[in-house]
Amino acid sequence: MAEDNQTGPAVNSTLNDPQASAPSPVAAALQRAHPAAVTEVVEALGETTIVVPRAEIVAACTFLKTAPGFEFNFLADVCGYDRGPEEDPRFEVNYHLFSITRHHRVRLKVILTEDDPHVPTVSTIWRTADWHERETYDLFGVIFDGHPDLRRILLPDDWQGHALRKDFPLRGYEPYSLE
Amino acid sequence: MRGETPNLKIMSTEVNIPPQFEIVDRPLDTQMTISMGPQHPSTHGVLRLELVLDGEMVVKSTPDIGYLHTGMEKLFEYRKYQQGIVITDRMDYLNPLGNNLAYVMAVEKLLQLEIPERAQTIRVLMCELQRIASHLVWLGTHALDLGAMTVFFYCFREREKILNLIEAASGGRLTPSYFRIGGLMMDLPSGFERRVGQFQDNFVHALGEFDKLVTGNRIFQKRTQGVGYISAEDAIDWGLSGPCLRGSGIELDIRRMNPYTGYEKYDFDIITETDGDVWARYLVRMREMKESHRIVAQAISRLAPGPVKADAPKVVLPDREAMKTHMDALIHHFLIVAEGFDVPAGEVYHPIEASKGELGVYIKSTGGPKPARVHFRGPSFVNLSALPHMARGAMVADIVAIIGSLDIVLGEIDR
Repeated sequence: MAEDNQTGPAVNSTLNDPQASAPSPVAAALQRAHPAAVTEVVEALGETTIVVPRAEIVAACTFLKTAPGFEFNFLADVCGYDRGPEEDPRFEVNYHLFSITRHHRVRLKVILTEDDPHVPTVSTIWRTADWHERETYDLFGVIFDGHPDLRRILLPDDWQGHALRKDFPLRGYEPYSLE
Repeated sequence: MRGETPNLKIMSTEVNIPPQFEIVDRPLDTQMTISMGPQHPSTHGVLRLELVLDGEMVVKSTPDIGYLHTGMEKLFEYRKYQQGIVITDRMDYLNPLGNNLAYVMAVEKLLQLEIPERAQTIRVLMCELQRIASHLVWLGTHALDLGAMTVFFYCFREREKILNLIEAASGGRLTPSYFRIGGLMMDLPSGFERRVGQFQDNFVHALGEFDKLVTGNRIFQKRTQGVGYISAEDAIDWGLSGPCLRGSGIELDIRRMNPYTGYEKYDFDIITETDGDVWARYLVRMREMKESHRIVAQAISRLAPGPVKADAPKVVLPDREAMKTHMDALIHHFLIVAEGFDVPAGEVYHPIEASKGELGVYIKSTGGPKPARVHFRGPSFVNLSALPHMARGAMVADIVAIIGSLDIVLGEIDR
């Protein structure tokens, strides 16, 4: 682990965490294999987050799935997050990976702009990504390029808008605000 | 499909039928598409399946979900952290304490709160009771789907006892909201250990009854063995978790692999079966109830007096007595209720082993009393997505068995 820290990427922790630790060996290994795949590593609250450019997400997932010593063979979750309409870039997509053999976890994060919310699908790597990506598309409008069946999943097909975006009202037909 | 459904006019000659509903008139080689649900009793709620059938063989099955979508994840963003607990009750309504636990533990991780020993032990105790209750509903409805009615009544009789215990502790039967951020709502009532002991003594006998009623039943065996097979590789690929994954021979239990709330101190076995079919998943859950029974007994013996709330006056509501006698407690109470408490910015993903599999909670905080994003990785949601894979080449009646073996709860799938 100590050697990995030497070659590890520059840590730019955006979270004020007193327990922030040294850069993770996962990120270091990923950067060795795909130098372009790591733009930022955040270690906070005992969890590792690796920010990955969207062009590299498939390569990063493919590598981590079988990387010796890591074997993140289980995709636990994919979920989106909207930072708000005034933010640029606006969307985040989080991939929570888990290793069934080694029992550790890592989070990959892809950051997308509002004008171009496209990210390549990882459903070719894990079939479980199918529904997670459909849900993220449904609720955030993030488009997963190459997805076999990108339809809405929770809301009706004729629904207007994407419900979990911050500018989508909680209720009613008009923007709703308590303020 | 709902959006594309045309306005069918009776008497009209131009009926615009979507391609998947087109009936191909081939008398000897007929494929037809039927819609199973959303009101079908064996779909456990409001699940709709689009089945393409060749005779009685399933050529293709497509789950259609969302009928119970209530926008819970959106609602979290407009509620304070402590108000989110009651929403989690309503997701997987057969395992509300598990949902409570996942959510409060994620928030506690953001706040970096230390939970007292007694509160952790009670959490384990209640969660395992809830797991048994959840598995009992699964067993009752699974057997009911396959034509065995009696089991259902026996299971609900035992479940009722657990719900009474949960009611005694929390005041709620189905929506307990018993776990709070920083501990518990309140301590267990007096005599609770004795009542749990009574249930425990009876339950061994009851489990034997279920075993006799179902496990040795030839019809049940024929309906489940070799049905809905999924291999270990496919199970990982499809993201199955919980008993569904262990039924395919993979020894994975988050209680053991990523222990939380003190599970590392308990002695229990991870149950696996290697067949990967409905029967294997049945055996896993049946034996898991025995393990939960063991954990409950250990938790009872570990219960030692102590506080059940963390020492964090700005997060945890004070006792009523303190509130009436101490000025600062009154102020803290007012501030927590009226304004909430600030949670430091950050993001966590906290997985627990719920009764149906990996229940993960992702919380993103940007500071302030309300979360910026709360996402639930529901085990039912992911397990159901593998249904088309398991149902290839099955009979229509097998679909019912497979759905039962996945143990889905639509409240969690649709959220």
